[in-house]
Amino acid sequence: MSFVEYSELIQEGDVAIIFLGHDSMFPLMVQSGAQTQTRYGVIRHSTDLIGRRYGSKVTCSKGGWVYVLHPTPELWTLNLPHRTQILYATDIANITMMLELKPGSVVCESGTGSGSLSHAMLRTIAPTGHLYTVEFHQQRAEKATEEFREHKVDHLVTVLNQDVCKDGFGVTGVADAVFLDIPSPWEAVGHAKSAMKRQGGRLCSFSPCIEQVQRTCAALAEHGFGEICTLEVLLRLYDVRAVSLPLPDFGPDDPSRTDPGVPDRAGPSVPTNTAVTCRTAIAPREMAGHTGYLTFASKSLV
Amino acid sequence: MANNGELVDERFIIKDGDFVVLQRGDVYKAVQIQKKRKVIFEKQWFFLDNAVGELYGSTFEVASGGSLQPRKSKHPEIPAEVKESGMDNRNIVDDGRSQKLTRDDIETLKEQGLKGQEIVQQLVENSTTFRDKTEFAQEKYIKKKKKKYENIITILKPSTRILALMYHGREPGKICHLRYDTLAQMLTLGNIHAGSKVIVFETCAGLVLGAVMERMGGYGSVIQMYPGGGPTRAATDSFGFPEHFHRTLHEFPLCKVKALLAGTLSPDEEGKDSVDGPAAEHLDTTAGQLASSANEQRKERDAEDSSPEGMESSSVEPEDRDKEERERRKENKAQEKKVKMEEKRKKLSAAAALLQGRNADGLVVASRFHPCPVLLTLLRFVAPSRPFVVYCQYREPLIECYSKLREQGGVINLRLSETWLRHYQVLPNRTHPVLLMSGGGGYILSGTTIDDSASASGPQKAEEPAPKRIKLQETVA
Repeated sequence: MSFVEYSELIQEGDVAIIFLGHDSMFPLMVQSGAQTQTRYGVIRHSTDLIGRRYGSKVTCSKGGWVYVLHPTPELWTLNLPHRTQILYATDIANITMMLELKPGSVVCESGTGSGSLSHAMLRTIAPTGHLYTVEFHQQRAEKATEEFREHKVDHLVTVLNQDVCKDGFGVTGVADAVFLDIPSPWEAVGHAKSAMKRQGGRLCSFSPCIEQVQRTCAALAEHGFGEICTLEVLLRLYDVRAVSLPLPDFGPDDPSRTDPGVPDRAGPSVPTNTAVTCRTAIAPREMAGHTGYLTFASKSLV
Repeated sequence: MANNGELVDERFIIKDGDFVVLQRGDVYKAVQIQKKRKVIFEKQWFFLDNAVGELYGSTFEVASGGSLQPRKSKHPEIPAEVKESGMDNRNIVDDGRSQKLTRDDIETLKEQGLKGQEIVQQLVENSTTFRDKTEFAQEKYIKKKKKKYENIITILKPSTRILALMYHGREPGKICHLRYDTLAQMLTLGNIHAGSKVIVFETCAGLVLGAVMERMGGYGSVIQMYPGGGPTRAATDSFGFPEHFHRTLHEFPLCKVKALLAGTLSPDEEGKDSVDGPAAEHLDTTAGQLASSANEQRKERDAEDSSPEGMESSSVEPEDRDKEERERRKENKAQEKKVKMEEKRKKLSAAAALLQGRNADGLVVASRFHPCPVLLTLLRFVAPSRPFVVYCQYREPLIECYSKLREQGGVINLRLSETWLRHYQVLPNRTHPVLLMSGGGGYILSGTTIDDSASASGPQKAEEPAPKRIKLQETVA
């Protein structure tokens, strides 16, 4: 297993995702001899996990069952331990496409945060790309390094514990893309530009506040970036359910009908139908209304 | 052409034969660089010859005669010294008479060879209301005129981002109205990455296929399922993938899927499917076909041979010479056809072999066909614990899919979603969402496969809300 390559069977040292049912999952580290408690009972790693196929159903001690899933960056995003607010798949998907990431891309990122976007980018740029990720918080930088190692992607990433606004990304002229998710991205634009390849590259800055966006766009224009574009994307989820709608009762039909040929237009003539069922997609009561504004730009040739 | 004598990575240099995308403002067009070939773009005809050797991202202007002129390194927009401007528009009357230059005047200026920027300057000078406008209105006016009269063409390297934007803006009908952010969701939710084996079924001119191939980087394999005669790959070509990417691309006809699943797909069955489509259902063995046609050829040849042989003694008439030519061409064609058939047979076998294991790492569907049967059938080729993504322009078919999958089982984390996209204008004191917005970008149904084969009793109580676990589960050794 690794986050950048599929494997068929569960092995010791893997990070697997345990699926308990509707929206309920958690990650675990597979260790020979270990046990994990779930509300359906105990999972014994050696007998229930190691050597079994990913996607299998595992019966726990109390009789209930769970599914064991191969980790993906998307599943990781939903289950990782938060050290900071993270980016979710909706934003990540757009960032990936708009930055034109693909196998072999070299990317610079700051801040690393909880590593949600980092894992997604590593998956996309593997096996020949590289990610330089900068995090100014020491413990978070260490935790990220540890996780990359556990997830067997450390050969694709370099974690730097420094302040990107002061010290940049630690590399120059190599990046195809730069991503900024920091409080003052306009202070890092210059460093972003020098980290990027001379012939061009893509940049993205993610900011929750419009004032940050304004300052960033101004800085990008000053540094000669082109194709500056700001957008936001929101996810609308639907719940698929069958709903039952009762039919109103307008009273009995008039028995002395003058025109028996005309079909009863008031509704189904069989009075026993009291409801109609439709299968429909229902929007939830609330939805995420804002995550942040995404600003993209291209480095020009000058 | 190297800049300042340094060696530039050749991936960044425009070459003859490259597939590129022309851009002017918001309009894009995919073309192939072919020297001495005229292209039309935004009402202009020109040659791309001068682009060869320049860097991708370079900008050009069209000179008279149709040649491209590279623009000098971007002269920064000289902020027009604020001469005069008004405070608001209370006294500005829009009677359509404020511009003193007529359309003919502007045409004359164009003919005189004035550049776009110069024409804009002329328009500003000849507008009676310009100095009454506010600074913001002046900027907006100049921007609008520039968009109309400036002729800057940028040559871009194709990518999913650019092609998806182009197709959505230009020919959305060809891609089932798939909006670019929806495509982005599909690639991420489908966990498309190098080294996996992905099945793609699409009727989006090959755009989705190209996007998947770009994210695979030439590693792993992609099997494109196709309805009817053959796969459409117009958009895929526009990506300009290197030759070795095509070695990872396979195709398999939908009409043979049932046979493959039943294990009755014989290697001789291909051949007829490409041209005849639905007629391919009947089991006409190509071996039999080839044999009969070869016999026919031989008979014909024998028949023909006898006559010229008989006439060898006399001078060979030009008619006979033509006949011989025709014979030779027929033979060559038959030979070529044989070789092609063999190639097709090999390709079909290769694709079938990849599918047979029923261990694909993912499935991506985006078509005008009803998604239900497509999904239910093609999911059988996907391994457990792998993601799948289905796009549909409409919601109801996906609702049906969702219900059928729930009944059938074998999938979890089913999710019906759409994304809402909004662009912003960001300018000092003028920041706001853009006025026009996309009304809809289609819907996606996604999920993960699981191995349901060893299922015991019925469904367990999965409805109780579980506490959100945010820590890595503690393990007890």
